[in-house]
Amino acid sequence: MDFEWTEEQRMIREMVKKFTDQEVRPLAAEIDKKKEVPQALIRKAAENGLTGIAIPEAYGGSGFGEIGYCIMMEELSHGCASFAITIAAHQSIGCMPILLDGTEEQKQQFLVPMAQGEKLGAFALTEPGAGSDAGAIRTTAVEDGDGFVINGSKIWITNGGIADVVILYAANDAAKGPRGGISAFIVPTDTPGFSVGTIEEKMGIRGSNTAELIFEEMRIPRSQVLGKVGEGFRNAMATLDYGRLGLGAAALGASKEMLRLSITHANERKQFGRPLADQQIIQFYLAEMGARIYAMESMVYRTATMADRGERFSRESAMVKYLCTDWQDWIVDKAMQIHGGMGYMTHMPIERFYRDSRINRIFEGTNEIQHIVIARELLKKGEY
Amino acid sequence: MNIIVCMKQVPDTAARIKIKSDGKGIETSGLSYVVNPYDEYAVEEALRLKEKVGGEVVVISLGPDRTTEAIRTCLAMGADRGIHLKDPAFEEADPFVTAQLLARVISGMEYDLILCGKQAVDDNACFVGPALAEYLGIPQATVITKLALAEDAKSVTVEREVEGGREVLHLPLPALVTAQKGLNEPRYASLPGIMKAKKKEIKAVDAAALGVSADALKQKVETVTLSPAPERTAGKIVPGEPAQAVKELVRLLKEEAKAL
Repeated sequence: MDFEWTEEQRMIREMVKKFTDQEVRPLAAEIDKKKEVPQALIRKAAENGLTGIAIPEAYGGSGFGEIGYCIMMEELSHGCASFAITIAAHQSIGCMPILLDGTEEQKQQFLVPMAQGEKLGAFALTEPGAGSDAGAIRTTAVEDGDGFVINGSKIWITNGGIADVVILYAANDAAKGPRGGISAFIVPTDTPGFSVGTIEEKMGIRGSNTAELIFEEMRIPRSQVLGKVGEGFRNAMATLDYGRLGLGAAALGASKEMLRLSITHANERKQFGRPLADQQIIQFYLAEMGARIYAMESMVYRTATMADRGERFSRESAMVKYLCTDWQDWIVDKAMQIHGGMGYMTHMPIERFYRDSRINRIFEGTNEIQHIVIARELLKKGEY
Repeated sequence: MNIIVCMKQVPDTAARIKIKSDGKGIETSGLSYVVNPYDEYAVEEALRLKEKVGGEVVVISLGPDRTTEAIRTCLAMGADRGIHLKDPAFEEADPFVTAQLLARVISGMEYDLILCGKQAVDDNACFVGPALAEYLGIPQATVITKLALAEDAKSVTVEREVEGGREVLHLPLPALVTAQKGLNEPRYASLPGIMKAKKKEIKAVDAAALGVSADALKQKVETVTLSPAPERTAGKIVPGEPAQAVKELVRLLKEEAKAL
C-alpha cells in the first residue's frame, strides 16, 4: 500500500487550488446571490481542462481518473459549492454514462466536446414520482421506425437549464421496471420536443442550475441510445457510483475549508482576554473536525483507487457518500458554532457553506438509500 | 527563437516560515513549494514569444530533487524541456554560485533571449539574473513590464519601472531580462498540460557534468543569522469628529510617526 501522492497528483492539486483561489472563491458570494455561475468561469474551467479531468485523453480529457477527479472536486469545494456541483454534474454524471456504455462513435461525437468543455452535460433520472425509487420512472420511450419517441418530464435536474447534452433515462417497457424496462438516451438539448420548465429556487447551492425538463413527442434516433435498449437503469446506477464518490470528495474539501477558517478564527478571536483556541471545548471541536476529516480523506482516496483499478466500488461509494456528507454537515455546524454570530452573518462564508452542504445528504441518492445499498451488499456477502 | 527561462522553486508564499534553531536557515519539513511568482511571468512571456515566432522554451532550475515538480509545472504551462542542476554539492549554493553554475550550463547552449524573474520571493536577493548576464557578457534589462520583439527578431524593446516613471530600452539579442509583475498574466499549468508534461524531458546535470571544482562551489556569502520579522502591532484609531480627528492625525503623523 502506498499512500504517497504522485508528482502529477500534487501538481493537479496545486493547479486547482490556484484556480480556486484566483478565479472561484472571489466570485462565490456573488454566484450565491445572483443564483448563477458566470459562463466566463465555466469557459475558463474548460480551457484549463477541469471539465474532463477523469476522461481519458483519447476522448478529450486529461486521463487523471477518479483520484484526479476527487482532488479537483476537493479543491474546488474549498471555494464554491455551486460551481463545484456544476462541474460535477457535467462530468461525473453527465459524461460518465457515455464513457461507461457509449459506442466509439458516440464517444467521438458527444464525449469529446463534453470533456473539452465545449458542451455541458447533465444527468436526468429523477421524476416527480420517482426520486429514490428511480425504477418507477414514467417518462416513456416508444420505439418508432429508426428511433424512439419520448414523452414525459424530469425534475430537479442539475445543469438542466444550461446543459447542451442530457443523459435521459426513460421507460421503454414500464411493465419490466428497472431490469430491462428502462433505457438511456443521449439528448442534445436543441432536439425538437425538448424544453426547460421551472428553474428551482433552493436553500443552498443557489448558483447551481436546477431545472425541470419536459419532453413532448421528442424523437431520438437509435444511434443515440446509450448502451442496449432496456439496460439504462444499470448504466444510471453505475454512473451514480462515480457521482457519490465525487460528492464525498466535495464534502471533504468543504470540511477542510471549514476547519481552516475555524482554526484562524479560534486563534484570532479573543474572549475573556484570551483566544478562543485556549478554551478546551473549542479544542475538542477542532480535534473532532480534524479526526473526521482524516477518516473522510482516507475513504475517498481509497475508494478512488478502487475505481481507477477497475474494481467494483458500489458499496464503498455508498459508504463514502453517506459518511462524508453526514460529517460535512456536522463539521459546518461546528464551524458556525465556533464563529458564533459572525458565522451567521452573510459577510462570512460560513452560512453559505452551511446552506450549501445540506443538499449533499439528499441528492445522488439520499443517505437513507445509501444505507440500503450498503446493507444489501453486506447481506449478500455475509461478512465485511 | 531559442528562449531560456531561469526558474527557482520557493516556499509557497502563503506558508508559515519557521527559522531553524541554529538561526541560519528555515525549517523545510512540511513546507510546500511553488514556482517563484516572478518566474511565472518570465515563463509566460517566453511562451507568448514562442507562440508568436516559434522556437523552443527551455526552463533551467537549480535545486534539490523536489525542484523537478516546479520544472514540470513550467512544462505543463507549455515549456518544451527542462534542465535540472542537481547535485548534493549544489545544495549550499548562494546566488553568486547559482549564477556561475547557470552561466556554465547556458554558455554551452544556443539562445536568443534569457528570461528570469526580477527576484525570488524567498531570499529577495535580486542577484542571479543580473549576475548571469554579466558572466555571459550579454546586455540586460531588469524589472521589465513590457517586452516587444523587433520584426527581424534580432532585438527587443522593453519598458522598465524606474522611480517615478518608466524607461524604454532597446537591447540587441542575445540578451537577458528580468520580469516584474504586470508584464503579463501567467496562464495556469492546465490539466491537459500536466498530462503532456509527463512526456517532456527534464535533463539532470550534476557538478561533474558541468566540470566545476569544489572550490568554485564555495559560498561567497555567509548567512550570519536569520530572524523573523517583528509582529505587526495593531493600528491606531483616531476617535472624534472628523475635523478634530484629522487635526489629531496630522499631529500624530508629524510628531509620533515623523512621516510628515
